[in-house]
Amino acid sequence: MAQITLVESITQALAYELNADQRVVVFGEDVGINGGVFRATDGLQQQFGVDRVRDTPLAETMIAGIAVGMAAQGLRPVAEFQFMGFIYPAIDHVLSHAARYRNRTRGRLSCPIVYRAPYGGGIHAPEHHSESMEALFAHIPGLRLVIPSSPARAYGLLLAAIRNPDPVIFLEPKRIYRAVRQEVPDDGDALPLDRAFILREGNDVTLISWGASLKETLAAAEQLSTEGISAEVIDPATLKPLDIHTVIDSLEKTHRCVVVHEAPRFGGLGAEIVAQINEYAFDLLQAPVNRVTGYDTVIPYYRLEDDYLPGVSRIVSAVREVLEYSTGEVK
Amino acid sequence: MHKPRMQLLASFDIASLQYLDQRGQTTQALPDFATPDTLITFYRQMSLARLVDDRAVKLQRTGQLGTYPSTLGQEAIGVGVGGALAKTDVYCPNYRETGALLERGVAIEEILAIWGGDERGQNYRHAREDLPLSVPIATQMLHAAGVAFALKYKHENLDEPMRVAVTSGGDGATSKGDFYEAINLAGDWKLPLVVVINNNQWAISVPRSAQTACKTIAQKAISAGIRGLQVDGNDIIAVREAVTEAISEARNNKGPTLIEAVSYRLCDHTTADDASRYQSKEELQQAWEREPIARLKAYMLSAGIWGDSQEEELQRELAEVLEKSVNVYLNTVKDVPTAMFDHLYQQLPEALLEQYQALQGDD
Repeated sequence: MAQITLVESITQALAYELNADQRVVVFGEDVGINGGVFRATDGLQQQFGVDRVRDTPLAETMIAGIAVGMAAQGLRPVAEFQFMGFIYPAIDHVLSHAARYRNRTRGRLSCPIVYRAPYGGGIHAPEHHSESMEALFAHIPGLRLVIPSSPARAYGLLLAAIRNPDPVIFLEPKRIYRAVRQEVPDDGDALPLDRAFILREGNDVTLISWGASLKETLAAAEQLSTEGISAEVIDPATLKPLDIHTVIDSLEKTHRCVVVHEAPRFGGLGAEIVAQINEYAFDLLQAPVNRVTGYDTVIPYYRLEDDYLPGVSRIVSAVREVLEYSTGEVK
Repeated sequence: MHKPRMQLLASFDIASLQYLDQRGQTTQALPDFATPDTLITFYRQMSLARLVDDRAVKLQRTGQLGTYPSTLGQEAIGVGVGGALAKTDVYCPNYRETGALLERGVAIEEILAIWGGDERGQNYRHAREDLPLSVPIATQMLHAAGVAFALKYKHENLDEPMRVAVTSGGDGATSKGDFYEAINLAGDWKLPLVVVINNNQWAISVPRSAQTACKTIAQKAISAGIRGLQVDGNDIIAVREAVTEAISEARNNKGPTLIEAVSYRLCDHTTADDASRYQSKEELQQAWEREPIARLKAYMLSAGIWGDSQEEELQRELAEVLEKSVNVYLNTVKDVPTAMFDHLYQQLPEALLEQYQALQGDD
């Protein structure tokens, strides 16, 4: 079996579901003959026709809004935003309508929509092409928020998102679109949308991260292992609803935790995770949970973006801090 | 000074339709559908819409209903549009559409429930595919374009008539990108969509004249490459004729139409508004001279198809209908608190269970 990249696994999942379900319609800017600016829809229009894989006029509010009407009529729209930085005109429809239709009509109508967007920094792109604003969406009741971090998880989670009866924001970490190759069987098997993944088992500290930051988080875990520190790495992947149980189970072993994300620190999802750990597992902790995040600044133009993104050394330092922390008591 | 010579590439014009003038006199021969029975039905439905609005405002004033947007003076648009759709078409309204909702078979008690703070109102017993009321301005027009795409996508043979989406909004809505993006896409994709603008001259306190430099709203259709026309929105015959024709075009895969129906908001924006702060008495008085129900009644009287006894009988009947629905509304017990979770997702995510149970425990 051929090994494929994360972006190719997106294409593979879209093709599988376009083939399996006539209700699925893919649309957005340049998704047609061009196959998307990152080639996520490469070849799909040729295979499934212009009615099902469709270029839209250049208007993000429209892309979000028509998905609501299409879904209310029983279709399964998969809408692409070219970059997360261009998703903001769409929020009115996502927040005010897609996430509320089922509730507003008491179940009469619903919005099984997938809104896809590449997100995150690190590809030396112009301004507005590097943001990680996942927390904006995690705050919205009625939505699901999914961020895959490997080709296999991207495939299984995207299938699950398309088949889910409610709206899903599906953010694709474009920095690792082509970072690794993996065998991904095209078997149509979806992954659950409410379970975190344990990417590496360990006993001394729990590292939680998602999207492209997992690359540095796993590298930090590897480096720490050479010093005899065993880190468990968890990818929540389905950030809303969040599977906090997997995190708590891990803390039963490790008692120490660091959350890593490239989004700004203030009000980032790290804050929610730390709050939930405090609510459910305070007694398990032997040190305050640490966060390694983007700064509370605008993500800089690309000459400085490596200074902004959480790197391996910042993660390793944060882990050392929580390991060295002492309350003076021995647990 | 040199004046360059230029070629005329294109020119456009905007037509306007009227059958009954403000005194109820015909300005041209009436269309075939305007039989005495049909006109009496129009009159009944507009009268019902006015009674519902009037009662809703009174309920609000007495603390028995939340904020309510009356359609006073714009009944010809609501009834004219709502009744033009086939049952299987899909209506995608804004929030000021009592007359149209009644035409679609939405119950008076359902309308009252919505404004009485109860989501169950929008779980319509009839019109199951119609979209819910849209409060954020013009957003419903994009939903309607999506509906129209879906209707066309699911339609197997484009030589056969198809189902149509009809959406409505106010004059203020045409200043929003959503409106333009919807008509632009509908033209581009040749969608079975009809967009009706209720130009009631006011977006809360901002008059139509401060909304756009366009002479008409209908001409905005030109920028999207679709058909556009203006109708006298206080003449229900003109409204019904224009909308029926536009729906027929859409149904036969001839694409979308924008209709500007010119009317006047004879009431406050909502019960939370006080139009006397910005609306002149003289203008309001003049607008009352053009209102749609008196106009149709004047015609019906002069045509000898209506009289005092019929009027009395109708008012008695409508009062009964209204009373029954108001009682249903007033006697509806509020929903259980956990209902706020029950329809958030198809299935409650495990992560929300604790909050759900905490709320349940507080019952």
